[in-house]
Amino acid sequence: MAIRSESLPILSSEDVVTVRRRVRAMAIEQGLKLIDQTKIITATSELARNTFVFGGGGTVLLEALESGGRYGVRLTFEDRGPGIADLTLAMKDGYTTGGGLGLGLSGAKRLSNEFEIDSRLGEGTRVTITRWR
Amino acid sequence: MDRIPILKLGDFLLVTVQVDMHDRLAMNLQEDLTDKIVSAHARGVLIDISALDMVDSFIGRMLGNIASMSRILDAETVVVGMRPAVAITLVELGLSLPGVRTALNVERGMEMLRATISVYAAEYSEYHGDPF
Repeated sequence: MAIRSESLPILSSEDVVTVRRRVRAMAIEQGLKLIDQTKIITATSELARNTFVFGGGGTVLLEALESGGRYGVRLTFEDRGPGIADLTLAMKDGYTTGGGLGLGLSGAKRLSNEFEIDSRLGEGTRVTITRWR
Repeated sequence: MDRIPILKLGDFLLVTVQVDMHDRLAMNLQEDLTDKIVSAHARGVLIDISALDMVDSFIGRMLGNIASMSRILDAETVVVGMRPAVAITLVELGLSLPGVRTALNVERGMEMLRATISVYAAEYSEYHGDPF
């Protein structure tokens, strides 16, 4: 299913920019339209910032997908930070613990075709998003 | 430290964002602009984001902050050149940029600023006599 993959560190706000660039390159390679490229790099920016700011840094796995003639990009953001106490609350528009706008998780979900989140207190958080062509 | 250049054009300041902005760069711009509005006695700020391939919640918040802060400092802000795909994505993300005025390009933005400022000047002279 994954025809190519790469893992990148997210340890600084400069890394967030690098990750955005790499995701854009992969989205173009996979033939995503401009609007879909824009959506996935915007979601990337939100999630990578979360990994860095709330998760204390982590990694992202980029996977170029091919499934029955469908092409897409899947991203898995992972950190070993404090985890999210209340996922339902964290997914709500406008809820924030970090002084931001509280649109990161909910917005990233709206910008993706598939969205999965797994978080354990004291262990970390993993968010996976997919955007298809 | 990285800085985005701010150009003075008469009464206005022009910022052309040409790089992929990381968060600290966006924070620096916010600070630099407010300083410059005061030191240059600017009446308007134009922020050209036509080179940006995305605006996320952080950059969106920065644009809103700049607009609010400049208003308090008696300057108007207009954001120009947003790409269509960026606008669509921004709305889907959940941001509608309340309080941020926008125009299609620098020229239109400039007209908008001039019109706003001349309305203010006319209102002022109506109540207090011609300030100029």
